[in-house]
Amino acid sequence: MSWKFPRKAAAALMLAGLLAGGCKSTRLSVNAATLKPAKDRKPAPEFDLKDAAGKPVKLSEYKGKVVLLNFWATWCGPCKIEIPWFMEFEQQYKDRGFAVLGISMDEEGWEIVKPYIEKYKLNYRVLLGTDMVAQIYGGVDSLPTTFLIDREGRIASVHVGLVSKSDYEKEIVEILDTRAAASGGARGGAVAAAVAGLR
Amino acid sequence: MLWPPPWPAFASDVLTVAPPRQITARRGQTFPAALRVELRGGFHVNSNAPADEYLIPLRLAWEVGPLQAVEVVFPKPRLEKYGFSPKPVSVFTGDFDIATNFRVAADAPTGLHLVKGKLRYQACNDKLCLPPKTLEVQLAVDIR
Repeated sequence: MSWKFPRKAAAALMLAGLLAGGCKSTRLSVNAATLKPAKDRKPAPEFDLKDAAGKPVKLSEYKGKVVLLNFWATWCGPCKIEIPWFMEFEQQYKDRGFAVLGISMDEEGWEIVKPYIEKYKLNYRVLLGTDMVAQIYGGVDSLPTTFLIDREGRIASVHVGLVSKSDYEKEIVEILDTRAAASGGARGGAVAAAVAGLR
Repeated sequence: MLWPPPWPAFASDVLTVAPPRQITARRGQTFPAALRVELRGGFHVNSNAPADEYLIPLRLAWEVGPLQAVEVVFPKPRLEKYGFSPKPVSVFTGDFDIATNFRVAADAPTGLHLVKGKLRYQACNDKLCLPPKTLEVQLAVDIR
């Protein structure tokens, strides 16, 4: 994985803008978001990645759950401080329909990520990222970048850079406490159409 | 003469390397050359010897040719405290020089040579990190 912009990066970024509803990453600044109103949320792009055991994982498998989707890397200091928080959230809220998914952007892949997971005893699922997934999530050119996805699979907030544990927890609790609103539309169809446009 | 150099500064998002002056050297001579690195305010790169095994160190590697890089000398790193780390982090910030001692081979062809190098770095500020990057740099040496 090179984490370089592919040829169709511009198109992908436009796609991300479409899908993320204007909450694209800002390269060098920190974006401390609050929850978007349900009516303004856009579908989180679908992905198909592999976890440390080699098992394919799709975001759509998590529909019905609140997902904290965290792009990170082993070399990212600010990411490292968040990991214990995410482990705590996973433990505390999993019974309420919450899950953390970590997407590692390490170029070296599992060779470096697996030992890291074991060393720090991560209790949530970690996937290996790809350039394409980074692109469809807005480029993800800064780490950490974290998306909070509601039960309908829509992006409720985006944080680029380190934010406080309390900010995360406030959002998680708020979104868990909110009963599902009306579906945000044909998520799979919108993503599939947009991705097809890139091919 | 190639001064001013025909190429612009070597730059990425937050890091710029000023184009080094052309150097004149003799066959068999050892000489120093410095690269001036400029980092955007608020950002740092890991030093060449970060304490954390997972951090990506600053590296400068030169292609082998009629000039051999004998030694790369980094400045003394700063130990900075950041909110994301319980321990001080060994970093470079602001503007700094990386020196390289080159040796010209005794049988090196005379004339102008462009020595190409790669600067590998990974930059962060106190809230976020940018992906590791490799910046290509070059040094013009006139061998006489």
